[in-house]
Amino acid sequence: MGDYIVLAISCILINNILLAQYLGNCPFLGTSKKMETAIGMAMAVVFVLVMAGVITWIVNTYILQQFSLEYLRTLSFILVIAALVQFVEMFLKKSIPALYAGLGIFLPLITTNCAVMGVCLINVNEEYTFLQALVASFSYAVGFGLALILFAGVRERILLARVPKPLQDTSIALVTAGILSLTFFAFKGMV
Amino acid sequence: MAKTIVQEFTKGLWDEIPPFRLVLGLCPVLAVTKTVENGIGMGMATTFVLVCSNILVSSLRKVIPSKVRIACFIIIIATFVTVVELVMQAFTYPLFLKLGIFIPLIVVNCIVLGRAEAFASKNGIVASLADGLGIGIGFTLALGALGAVRELFGTGILTIWEKPIQVFGPSFQPFTFMIEAPGAFVCLGLMLCIMNMMGSK
Repeated sequence: MGDYIVLAISCILINNILLAQYLGNCPFLGTSKKMETAIGMAMAVVFVLVMAGVITWIVNTYILQQFSLEYLRTLSFILVIAALVQFVEMFLKKSIPALYAGLGIFLPLITTNCAVMGVCLINVNEEYTFLQALVASFSYAVGFGLALILFAGVRERILLARVPKPLQDTSIALVTAGILSLTFFAFKGMV
Repeated sequence: MAKTIVQEFTKGLWDEIPPFRLVLGLCPVLAVTKTVENGIGMGMATTFVLVCSNILVSSLRKVIPSKVRIACFIIIIATFVTVVELVMQAFTYPLFLKLGIFIPLIVVNCIVLGRAEAFASKNGIVASLADGLGIGIGFTLALGALGAVRELFGTGILTIWEKPIQVFGPSFQPFTFMIEAPGAFVCLGLMLCIMNMMGSK
Protein backbone atom coordinates (compact mmCIF):
# COMPACT_ATOMS: atom_id res chain seq x y z
CA MET A 1 0.00 0.00 0.00
CA GLY A 2 2.78 2.38 1.00
CA ASP A 3 4.48 1.85 -2.33
CA TYR A 4 1.39 2.98 -4.18
CA ILE A 5 1.14 6.16 -2.11
CA VAL A 6 4.78 6.94 -2.80
CA LEU A 7 4.20 6.31 -6.50
CA ALA A 8 1.14 8.56 -6.50
CA ILE A 9 2.97 11.41 -4.76
CA SER A 10 5.95 11.16 -7.05
CA CYS A 11 3.68 11.20 -10.13
CA ILE A 12 1.60 14.15 -8.94
CA LEU A 13 4.27 16.42 -7.50
CA ILE A 14 7.83 15.36 -8.21
CA ASN A 15 7.54 14.12 -11.77
CA ASN A 16 4.65 16.40 -12.60
CA ILE A 17 3.73 15.64 -16.17
CA LEU A 18 3.50 19.25 -17.29
CA LEU A 19 6.21 20.98 -15.33
CA ALA A 20 8.89 18.33 -14.94
CA GLN A 21 8.34 15.94 -17.85
CA TYR A 22 7.32 18.55 -20.42
CA LEU A 23 4.34 16.62 -21.75
CA GLY A 24 1.00 18.09 -22.75
CA ASN A 25 2.21 21.65 -23.05
CA CYS A 26 0.00 22.65 -25.98
CA PRO A 27 -3.27 22.36 -24.03
CA PHE A 28 -1.42 23.74 -21.00
CA LEU A 29 -0.86 27.03 -22.82
CA GLY A 30 -3.95 26.83 -25.01
CA THR A 31 -6.66 26.24 -22.42
CA SER A 32 -5.29 28.10 -19.42
CA LYS A 33 -6.55 31.56 -20.32
CA LYS A 34 -9.81 31.03 -18.45
CA MET A 35 -10.45 29.07 -15.28
CA GLU A 36 -13.56 27.41 -16.77
CA THR A 37 -11.80 25.94 -19.79
CA ALA A 38 -8.90 24.84 -17.61
CA ILE A 39 -11.25 22.89 -15.33
CA GLY A 40 -13.00 21.34 -18.35
CA MET A 41 -9.71 20.24 -19.85
CA ALA A 42 -8.44 18.88 -16.53
CA MET A 43 -11.58 16.77 -16.08
CA ALA A 44 -11.45 15.44 -19.63
CA VAL A 45 -7.80 14.47 -19.22
CA VAL A 46 -8.37 12.63 -15.93
CA PHE A 47 -11.23 10.73 -17.54
CA VAL A 48 -9.44 9.71 -20.72
CA LEU A 49 -5.95 9.23 -19.29
CA VAL A 50 -7.03 6.61 -16.74
CA MET A 51 -8.91 4.62 -19.37
CA ALA A 52 -6.15 4.96 -21.95
CA GLY A 53 -3.46 3.98 -19.44
CA VAL A 54 -5.31 0.82 -18.47
CA ILE A 55 -6.30 -0.23 -21.99
CA THR A 56 -2.88 0.37 -23.56
CA TRP A 57 -1.29 -1.59 -20.71
CA ILE A 58 -3.58 -4.53 -21.49
CA VAL A 59 -2.94 -4.23 -25.24
CA ASN A 60 0.80 -4.11 -24.69
CA THR A 61 0.99 -7.03 -22.25
CA TYR A 62 -1.50 -9.42 -23.76
CA ILE A 63 -1.25 -8.67 -27.46
CA LEU A 64 2.00 -6.96 -28.41
CA GLN A 65 4.37 -8.78 -26.06
CA GLN A 66 2.60 -12.10 -26.52
CA PHE A 67 3.22 -12.08 -30.26
CA SER A 68 6.48 -10.04 -30.07
CA LEU A 69 5.03 -7.14 -32.03
CA GLU A 70 6.59 -4.38 -29.90
CA TYR A 71 7.56 -2.40 -32.98
CA LEU A 72 3.86 -1.74 -33.59
CA ARG A 73 3.57 0.00 -30.22
CA THR A 74 3.38 3.59 -31.50
CA LEU A 75 0.83 2.73 -34.15
CA SER A 76 -1.39 0.61 -31.92
CA PHE A 77 -1.30 3.04 -28.97
CA ILE A 78 -2.37 6.01 -31.04
CA LEU A 79 -5.15 3.96 -32.60
CA VAL A 80 -6.35 2.80 -29.19
CA ILE A 81 -6.32 6.37 -27.89
CA ALA A 82 -8.11 7.79 -30.93
CA ALA A 83 -10.76 5.07 -30.85
CA LEU A 84 -11.17 5.46 -27.11
CA VAL A 85 -11.68 9.20 -27.34
CA GLN A 86 -14.26 8.72 -30.09
CA PHE A 87 -16.04 6.05 -28.06
CA VAL A 88 -16.05 8.09 -24.85
CA GLU A 89 -17.45 11.02 -26.81
CA MET A 90 -20.34 8.98 -28.24
CA PHE A 91 -21.02 7.29 -24.90
CA LEU A 92 -21.13 10.55 -22.96
CA LYS A 93 -23.32 12.21 -25.59
CA LYS A 94 -25.96 9.49 -25.21
CA SER A 95 -25.84 8.73 -21.50
CA ILE A 96 -24.51 11.77 -19.60
CA PRO A 97 -25.29 14.80 -21.80
CA ALA A 98 -24.53 17.25 -18.97
CA LEU A 99 -20.94 16.06 -18.64
CA TYR A 100 -20.60 15.95 -22.42
CA ALA A 101 -21.67 19.57 -22.70
CA GLY A 102 -19.21 20.45 -19.93
CA LEU A 103 -16.24 18.81 -21.61
CA GLY A 104 -17.28 20.06 -25.05
CA ILE A 105 -14.46 20.66 -27.48
CA PHE A 106 -11.77 19.34 -25.13
CA LEU A 107 -12.63 15.69 -25.64
CA PRO A 108 -11.63 15.42 -29.33
CA LEU A 109 -8.56 17.56 -28.65
CA ILE A 110 -7.25 14.97 -26.22
CA THR A 111 -6.33 12.60 -29.06
CA THR A 112 -3.35 14.79 -29.88
CA ASN A 113 -2.50 15.56 -26.26
CA CYS A 114 0.95 14.14 -25.78
CA ALA A 115 0.37 13.75 -22.04
CA VAL A 116 -2.00 10.84 -22.74
CA MET A 117 0.29 9.06 -25.18
CA GLY A 118 3.30 9.92 -23.00
CA VAL A 119 1.86 8.36 -19.86
CA CYS A 120 0.91 5.21 -21.77
CA LEU A 121 4.50 4.93 -23.01
CA ILE A 122 5.96 5.66 -19.55
CA ASN A 123 3.79 2.91 -18.05
CA VAL A 124 5.20 0.45 -20.56
CA ASN A 125 8.82 1.64 -20.39
CA GLU A 126 8.89 1.50 -16.58
CA GLU A 127 7.43 -2.01 -16.72
CA TYR A 128 4.71 -1.22 -14.19
CA THR A 129 2.34 -3.93 -13.01
CA PHE A 130 -1.35 -3.47 -13.76
CA LEU A 131 -2.13 -1.80 -10.42
CA GLN A 132 0.93 0.43 -10.63
CA ALA A 133 -0.07 1.50 -14.14
CA LEU A 134 -3.55 2.33 -12.92
CA VAL A 135 -2.24 4.39 -9.97
CA ALA A 136 0.38 6.11 -12.12
CA SER A 137 -2.12 7.04 -14.86
CA PHE A 138 -4.54 8.48 -12.34
CA SER A 139 -1.84 10.39 -10.44
CA TYR A 140 -0.29 11.82 -13.60
CA ALA A 141 -3.74 13.00 -14.67
CA VAL A 142 -4.34 14.59 -11.26
CA GLY A 143 -0.93 16.27 -11.49
CA PHE A 144 -1.85 17.60 -14.93
CA GLY A 145 -5.12 18.99 -13.59
CA LEU A 146 -3.42 20.54 -10.57
CA ALA A 147 -0.77 22.32 -12.61
CA LEU A 148 -3.27 23.45 -15.25
CA ILE A 149 -5.72 24.92 -12.73
CA LEU A 150 -2.97 26.63 -10.71
CA PHE A 151 -1.57 28.11 -13.90
CA ALA A 152 -4.99 29.31 -15.07
CA GLY A 153 -5.38 31.09 -11.74
CA VAL A 154 -2.04 32.86 -12.20
CA ARG A 155 -2.82 33.77 -15.81
CA GLU A 156 -6.11 35.37 -14.86
CA ARG A 157 -4.16 37.68 -12.56
CA ILE A 158 -1.60 38.47 -15.25
CA LEU A 159 -4.40 39.83 -17.43
CA LEU A 160 -4.78 42.65 -14.91
CA ALA A 161 -1.08 43.46 -14.81
CA ARG A 162 0.76 45.75 -17.21
CA VAL A 163 3.09 43.58 -19.27
CA PRO A 164 5.67 45.06 -21.68
CA LYS A 165 4.41 44.75 -25.24
CA PRO A 166 6.89 42.22 -26.70
CA LEU A 167 6.41 39.96 -23.66
CA GLN A 168 2.63 39.82 -23.95
CA ASP A 169 0.51 36.69 -24.32
CA THR A 170 2.41 33.44 -24.91
CA SER A 171 5.77 34.90 -23.99
CA ILE A 172 4.82 35.96 -20.47
CA ALA A 173 2.83 32.74 -20.09
CA LEU A 174 5.98 30.70 -20.73
CA VAL A 175 8.02 32.71 -18.25
CA THR A 176 5.25 32.25 -15.67
CA ALA A 177 5.20 28.52 -16.37
CA GLY A 178 8.95 28.51 -15.74
CA ILE A 179 8.49 30.07 -12.32
CA LEU A 180 5.66 27.65 -11.53
CA SER A 181 7.92 24.81 -12.59
CA LEU A 182 10.61 26.16 -10.26
CA THR A 183 8.21 25.94 -7.32
CA PHE A 184 7.44 22.32 -8.20
CA PHE A 185 11.18 21.74 -8.13
CA ALA A 186 11.04 22.15 -4.38
CA PHE A 187 9.36 18.75 -4.16
CA LYS A 188 12.44 17.05 -5.57
CA GLY A 189 14.12 14.79 -3.10
CA MET A 190 10.94 14.43 -1.06
CA VAL A 191 10.61 10.71 -1.81
CA MET B 1 4.49 28.54 -60.15
CA ALA B 2 8.16 28.22 -59.24
CA LYS B 3 7.94 31.38 -57.20
CA THR B 4 5.03 30.16 -55.12
CA ILE B 5 6.86 26.95 -54.27
CA VAL B 6 9.81 28.97 -53.06
CA GLN B 7 7.38 31.01 -50.98
CA GLU B 8 5.83 27.87 -49.47
CA PHE B 9 9.32 26.79 -48.52
CA THR B 10 10.60 30.06 -47.06
CA LYS B 11 7.52 30.88 -45.03
CA GLY B 12 8.44 28.04 -42.67
CA LEU B 13 11.80 29.62 -41.99
CA TRP B 14 10.58 32.92 -40.57
CA ASP B 15 6.94 33.92 -41.06
CA GLU B 16 5.48 30.71 -39.68
CA ILE B 17 8.49 29.24 -37.88
CA PRO B 18 6.77 26.58 -35.79
CA PRO B 19 7.40 26.87 -32.08
CA PHE B 20 7.47 30.67 -32.16
CA ARG B 21 4.85 31.88 -34.63
CA LEU B 22 2.54 28.91 -34.44
CA VAL B 23 2.66 27.95 -30.79
CA LEU B 24 2.36 24.24 -31.53
CA GLY B 25 4.40 21.19 -30.72
CA LEU B 26 5.96 22.68 -27.62
CA CYS B 27 6.65 19.49 -25.71
CA PRO B 28 9.64 18.27 -27.72
CA VAL B 29 10.86 21.86 -27.98
CA LEU B 30 11.10 22.13 -24.23
CA ALA B 31 12.18 18.60 -23.47
CA VAL B 32 14.97 17.72 -25.86
CA THR B 33 16.81 21.04 -26.12
CA LYS B 34 19.25 20.42 -23.29
CA THR B 35 22.01 20.27 -25.91
CA VAL B 36 22.35 21.42 -29.52
CA GLU B 37 22.81 17.88 -30.80
CA ASN B 38 19.63 16.56 -29.22
CA GLY B 39 17.70 19.51 -30.56
CA ILE B 40 18.93 19.09 -34.11
CA GLY B 41 18.47 15.31 -34.04
CA MET B 42 14.89 15.73 -32.90
CA GLY B 43 14.33 18.43 -35.52
CA MET B 44 15.60 16.17 -38.29
CA ALA B 45 13.44 13.25 -37.19
CA THR B 46 10.40 15.54 -37.15
CA THR B 47 11.32 16.98 -40.56
CA PHE B 48 11.46 13.51 -42.07
CA VAL B 49 8.03 12.59 -40.70
CA LEU B 50 6.62 15.96 -41.74
CA VAL B 51 7.85 15.73 -45.33
CA CYS B 52 6.80 12.09 -45.84
CA SER B 53 3.38 12.48 -44.27
CA ASN B 54 2.76 15.69 -46.21
CA ILE B 55 3.58 13.94 -49.49
CA LEU B 56 1.43 10.92 -48.74
CA VAL B 57 -1.51 12.91 -47.39
CA SER B 58 -1.38 15.21 -50.39
CA SER B 59 -1.27 12.37 -52.89
CA LEU B 60 -4.17 10.58 -51.17
CA ARG B 61 -6.24 13.69 -50.55
CA LYS B 62 -8.86 12.81 -53.18
CA VAL B 63 -9.23 9.23 -51.97
CA ILE B 64 -9.62 9.83 -48.23
CA PRO B 65 -13.25 10.53 -47.24
CA SER B 66 -13.44 13.75 -45.28
CA LYS B 67 -15.30 12.19 -42.34
CA VAL B 68 -12.50 9.86 -41.37
CA ARG B 69 -9.62 12.04 -42.54
CA ILE B 70 -8.13 12.73 -39.10
CA ALA B 71 -7.92 9.01 -38.34
CA CYS B 72 -6.30 8.36 -41.73
CA PHE B 73 -3.78 11.18 -41.19
CA ILE B 74 -2.86 9.82 -37.78
CA ILE B 75 -2.24 6.34 -39.17
CA ILE B 76 -0.06 7.74 -41.97
CA ILE B 77 1.93 9.78 -39.46
CA ALA B 78 2.25 6.87 -37.04
CA THR B 79 3.64 4.69 -39.82
CA PHE B 80 6.41 7.14 -40.62
CA VAL B 81 7.17 7.66 -36.93
CA THR B 82 7.64 3.91 -36.57
CA VAL B 83 10.03 4.03 -39.53
CA VAL B 84 12.06 6.80 -37.89
CA GLU B 85 12.04 4.95 -34.59
CA LEU B 86 13.42 1.76 -36.10
CA VAL B 87 16.00 3.56 -38.25
CA MET B 88 17.30 5.60 -35.33
CA GLN B 89 17.45 2.53 -33.13
CA ALA B 90 19.62 0.85 -35.75
CA PHE B 91 21.97 3.68 -36.75
CA THR B 92 22.06 6.36 -34.04
CA TYR B 93 21.46 4.37 -30.89
CA PRO B 94 22.97 6.88 -28.37
CA LEU B 95 20.79 9.68 -29.74
CA PHE B 96 17.79 7.34 -29.71
CA LEU B 97 18.35 6.69 -26.00
CA LYS B 98 18.70 10.40 -25.22
CA LEU B 99 15.53 11.40 -27.03
CA GLY B 100 13.74 8.37 -25.59
CA ILE B 101 10.00 8.75 -25.27
CA PHE B 102 9.92 11.84 -27.47
CA ILE B 103 10.47 9.93 -30.71
CA PRO B 104 7.22 7.94 -30.53
CA LEU B 105 5.61 11.16 -29.37
CA ILE B 106 6.20 12.78 -32.77
CA VAL B 107 2.87 11.10 -33.61
CA VAL B 108 1.04 13.50 -31.36
CA ASN B 109 3.12 16.54 -32.33
CA CYS B 110 0.48 19.07 -33.32
CA ILE B 111 2.72 20.55 -36.03
CA VAL B 112 2.70 17.36 -38.11
CA LEU B 113 -1.04 16.80 -37.89
CA GLY B 114 -1.63 20.52 -38.25
CA ARG B 115 0.28 20.73 -41.55
CA ALA B 116 -1.45 17.60 -42.87
CA GLU B 117 -4.86 19.04 -42.07
CA ALA B 118 -4.26 22.69 -42.91
CA PHE B 119 -2.00 22.39 -45.93
CA ALA B 120 -1.34 18.95 -47.44
CA SER B 121 -5.00 17.94 -47.61
CA LYS B 122 -5.74 20.97 -49.80
CA ASN B 123 -2.63 21.36 -51.97
CA GLY B 124 -0.64 19.47 -54.58
CA ILE B 125 2.29 17.16 -53.93
CA VAL B 126 5.12 19.55 -54.83
CA ALA B 127 3.70 22.41 -52.78
CA SER B 128 3.15 20.07 -49.83
CA LEU B 129 6.71 18.83 -50.10
CA ALA B 130 8.01 22.40 -50.02
CA ASP B 131 5.75 23.26 -47.11
CA GLY B 132 6.82 20.20 -45.09
CA LEU B 133 10.49 20.83 -45.78
CA GLY B 134 10.26 24.53 -44.91
CA ILE B 135 8.36 24.02 -41.66
CA GLY B 136 10.63 21.10 -40.76
CA ILE B 137 13.83 23.07 -41.30
CA GLY B 138 12.37 26.02 -39.40
CA PHE B 139 11.56 23.66 -36.53
CA THR B 140 15.09 22.22 -36.60
CA LEU B 141 16.63 25.71 -36.56
CA ALA B 142 14.47 26.74 -33.63
CA LEU B 143 15.35 23.60 -31.68
CA GLY B 144 19.04 24.06 -32.47
CA ALA B 145 18.99 27.70 -31.39
CA LEU B 146 17.19 26.98 -28.14
CA GLY B 147 19.51 24.03 -27.51
CA ALA B 148 22.55 26.21 -28.11
CA VAL B 149 21.43 28.89 -25.66
CA ARG B 150 20.55 26.38 -22.97
CA GLU B 151 23.70 24.31 -23.38
CA LEU B 152 25.93 27.37 -23.48
CA PHE B 153 24.62 28.94 -20.28
CA GLY B 154 23.77 25.70 -18.52
CA THR B 155 27.16 24.05 -18.88
CA GLY B 156 29.47 26.62 -20.47
CA ILE B 157 30.31 24.02 -23.12
CA LEU B 158 29.05 23.82 -26.68
CA THR B 159 29.24 20.37 -28.25
CA ILE B 160 29.46 20.43 -32.04
CA TRP B 161 30.09 17.18 -33.92
CA GLU B 162 30.96 15.45 -30.66
CA LYS B 163 33.70 17.98 -29.94
CA PRO B 164 33.09 19.92 -26.73
CA ILE B 165 34.19 23.54 -26.97
CA GLN B 166 34.69 25.47 -23.76
CA VAL B 167 33.30 28.85 -24.67
CA PHE B 168 33.59 30.86 -21.48
CA GLY B 169 36.85 29.39 -20.20
CA PRO B 170 37.41 27.16 -17.18
CA SER B 171 36.48 29.69 -14.49
CA PHE B 172 32.88 29.91 -15.72
CA GLN B 173 30.31 28.89 -13.13
CA PRO B 174 27.58 26.92 -14.97
CA PHE B 175 24.09 28.32 -14.71
CA THR B 176 22.45 24.94 -14.02
CA PHE B 177 18.96 26.45 -13.95
CA MET B 178 19.04 26.67 -17.74
CA ILE B 179 19.24 22.94 -18.43
CA GLU B 180 16.51 22.08 -15.93
CA ALA B 181 12.78 22.24 -16.65
CA PRO B 182 12.15 25.82 -15.43
CA GLY B 183 14.99 27.13 -17.58
CA ALA B 184 13.38 25.63 -20.68
CA PHE B 185 10.15 27.55 -20.13
CA VAL B 186 11.83 30.85 -19.25
CA CYS B 187 14.32 30.59 -22.11
CA LEU B 188 11.62 29.86 -24.70
CA GLY B 189 9.49 32.70 -23.33
CA LEU B 190 12.37 35.16 -23.61
CA MET B 191 13.25 34.00 -27.12
CA LEU B 192 9.63 34.55 -28.13
CA CYS B 193 9.87 38.03 -26.64
CA ILE B 194 13.01 38.79 -28.69
CA MET B 195 11.28 37.54 -31.85
CA ASN B 196 8.32 39.79 -31.11
CA MET B 197 10.63 42.78 -30.68
CA MET B 198 12.35 42.08 -33.99
CA GLY B 199 9.03 41.52 -35.73
CA SER B 200 7.49 44.79 -34.57
CA LYS B 201 10.27 46.97 -36.01
